[in-house]
Amino acid sequence: MHRFVLAVLRRDLTLATRRRGDWLIAQFFFVMVASLFPLGVGPEPAMLARIGPGVLWVAATLASLLSLSRLFADDHRDGSLEHMVLSPEPTVLLVLGKSLAHWLIYGIPLLLVAPVLGIQFNLSWEAIWVLELSLLLGTPILSLLGGVGAALTLGLRGGGVLLTLLILPLYVPALIFGAGAVDGVMAGTGAEAHLSLLGAFFVLSLMIAPWIASAALRVSLE
Amino acid sequence: MSDFLLSVHDLACARGDRLLFKGMNFSLKTGELLLVQGGNGQGKTSLLRLLTGLARPEAGEVRWCGALIGRQRETFHAAMVYLGHANGVKDDLNPVENLRFAEGLQGRTFDAPRAVATLERLGLSRCLDLPCRVLSFGQRRRVALASLLLAGAVLWILDEPLTGLDVHAVTLMEGLIRDHLTAGGMVVATTHQALNLEGVNVQRLLVGNVAIPELAVN
Amino acid sequence: MNLYTYASPANFYRLAGKLIPWFAWGAGILTVWGLYISFFMAPTDFQQGEAYRIIFIHVPAAWMSMFIYMVMAFWGAIGLAFNTRLSFMMARALAPTGAMFTFVALWTGALWGKPMWGAWWVWDARLTSELILLFLYIGIIALWAAIDDIRRGDRAGSLLTLIGAINVPIIYFSVKWWNTLHQGSTINLMKAPSMAKIMLLGMLVLAIAAWFYTIAVALVRVRRVILERERQTEWVKAILEKEN
Repeated sequence: MHRFVLAVLRRDLTLATRRRGDWLIAQFFFVMVASLFPLGVGPEPAMLARIGPGVLWVAATLASLLSLSRLFADDHRDGSLEHMVLSPEPTVLLVLGKSLAHWLIYGIPLLLVAPVLGIQFNLSWEAIWVLELSLLLGTPILSLLGGVGAALTLGLRGGGVLLTLLILPLYVPALIFGAGAVDGVMAGTGAEAHLSLLGAFFVLSLMIAPWIASAALRVSLE
Repeated sequence: MSDFLLSVHDLACARGDRLLFKGMNFSLKTGELLLVQGGNGQGKTSLLRLLTGLARPEAGEVRWCGALIGRQRETFHAAMVYLGHANGVKDDLNPVENLRFAEGLQGRTFDAPRAVATLERLGLSRCLDLPCRVLSFGQRRRVALASLLLAGAVLWILDEPLTGLDVHAVTLMEGLIRDHLTAGGMVVATTHQALNLEGVNVQRLLVGNVAIPELAVN
Repeated sequence: MNLYTYASPANFYRLAGKLIPWFAWGAGILTVWGLYISFFMAPTDFQQGEAYRIIFIHVPAAWMSMFIYMVMAFWGAIGLAFNTRLSFMMARALAPTGAMFTFVALWTGALWGKPMWGAWWVWDARLTSELILLFLYIGIIALWAAIDDIRRGDRAGSLLTLIGAINVPIIYFSVKWWNTLHQGSTINLMKAPSMAKIMLLGMLVLAIAAWFYTIAVALVRVRRVILERERQTEWVKAILEKEN
C-alpha cells in the first residue's frame, strides 16, 4: 500500500524536476501578490505588521490554487491518468500520493519564501516562526481539498477559474485558523488554540478529502 | 494459463441523450480475439471503456470469470491492460523511465533488463535515453506497446492499436497479438486497418447500426 | 403500490402534478397569515422601532438557506449511494431556491443592519457564514452549468454538495471563533429581551410558508427536468402530444 503511494510520489517529483518553470511561476506569484499589498495600502510598518499574516495566508492560498488546476489535467491529457486509475491499487491512494506530491512541490517552497516576505511585512521573529508553523500545518489542507476541486473540474472548459470558485469557500477555516495563529501571537494571546484547531482541520481533511476526490476522479473519467 | 472468461450481458450504453447500443451479449474465452467493428461515433470506444470499468453501463453487466468487474476491481485490473487513444506516455521522461513508473503504478516491481529488451524488440534501441518529447508519434506508440507487453496481463483491451504505426510495426503488432493469444491470452481490439490474423480465433462484433465493408482477414 | 412506485420518474411526474397546487396554495395562505401577524399583530419594539419587522423575512430565509443545503446534500448522498436518478433531479431543483433564500437573508440582513448598527454590512459571524454559503451555492450551480454530460454533472455536483455539507459547520464555527476574537463580543441578533410569543409565531408561520413555497417550486422544476431528460420515452411523448 505505501509502496504505491511512494511510486506515485516518486513519479510526480521526477516530473516536477523536469519542468522547473512551473514550480518557479507559483513561487513568484506568491511573492508578487504579497508585494502588491504594501503598494496598495501604503508602507506604514505598524499597519503592514497588522495585515501581514492575513495577506501572506491569502497569497499562499491563491498560489496553491494556481498550480492545482494541473494536478490531474496533464496526466489526463496524455492518457496516463486512465492507466493510473486502472491500476489494481486503490484510487484513494493515488489521490493521496498526488496531493502529497503537490504539497512537497508547491507547498514546502512557500514555507521557504514566507520568512522573507514576513520581514518585508515587518513581522517579529516570533510571529514569523508561528507563520511557518501555521503554513506547515495549513498548506497540506490546501493540497488535499484542492485535489477534490481538481478532480471535479477535470477536462472542463474554464476549469481553472471554476476550481477557484468551488474550492475557495472550503479554504475559509484554514485561512482563519492559520492567519489567526499569527495574529494571536502578535496580540499576546498565544497561538496554541489556533494551531490545534488548524491541526484538527488538517486531520479531518486528510480523512475525508481523498475519498471524495477519488470518487470525483472516477466520475470525471467516465 | 488457466481458463478465463469475459462475458457481457444485455449491455447498453448511452452518450448524453443518444442510446449507442443496447442488449449486447457476447463472451470471450482464453485464446480468442474480439474484433470490434463499426463506423465512427457508433460506440466502439465507449464499449471498450465499459469493458475496462472506467465507464458505467446504462444497463446490463460486464463479468470477469463469472463475477461482476466492479466487485473484484483489484483482481480484474491486475488481469487487464488497456491502451486507449492517448498513449499514457510522459513526454518529459525517456522510454525506460516511462516503463519504470508505469510498472510502479501498477504495483509491480520493475525488471530493468527485461524492459530494455522489450523496448529493443520493438525497435526503440536508439531512443532509450531520449525524452519521449522528441520521439515520433509511432515511436511513442511503441513505448506504450512495450508497457503493454511488460504488464503480462491476460486480457488486452486495445483501442485502435495500429494508428500511427508503419508497416513493420503493424506486422510486429500482428505477431504480438498472435503470440499473446497462443499463450492463452485474450484480446479485445478496435481497428480500421486490415489485420493479418492467420490461425487466430476471431470473433467479430458490429457496434451500432451502420454496416461497414468487411475488413480483409488473411 | 409501494414507495418505490414514486421513485420512477413517470409516476413521480404525475404525483408532483397533483401536489403542486396544494403546496402553492398553502404557501400563499400561510404567507398572508404570517405577514398579517408580523405587521399588524406583533408589537412595535421599543428599542428598534418598526425596522425590526424585517426579521420576519430575514430569519425564515436564513433558516431555509441552511435547511435546503442540507436537503440537497441528503438527496445527493442518496443518489450516489443508490444511483436513483430522481434524487439527483431533486438536488438540482432545490439549488436555485436555496441560493435565492441565501441572497434574501443577506439582503434583509443588510437592510436591518443599517438602522441597527449604522452600517449596511458588518462582519458578523452569521452574515459572514451566510455569505460563504452563498459562495457554495454559486459554486455548485456553476459546476452543473459547466458539465454537459448529465450523469457526470449529477454526481460531480452531489460530491461537491457533500464536501460542502461537511464543511459548513466547520466554517460556521471558524467564523464565529474569528468573530469573537476580532470584535470582543458578538452582537446577538436574537437577544431582543424575551421575544414576544406572537413574534415567534409570525416567524414560524412564515418559515412554514417558505417550506411550502420551496416544495412547490422544486416540484415544478423537477417536472420540467423529468420531461427534458425523459423526452425519448413514450410516456413523455404522449404528454407532449396531448398538450400541443
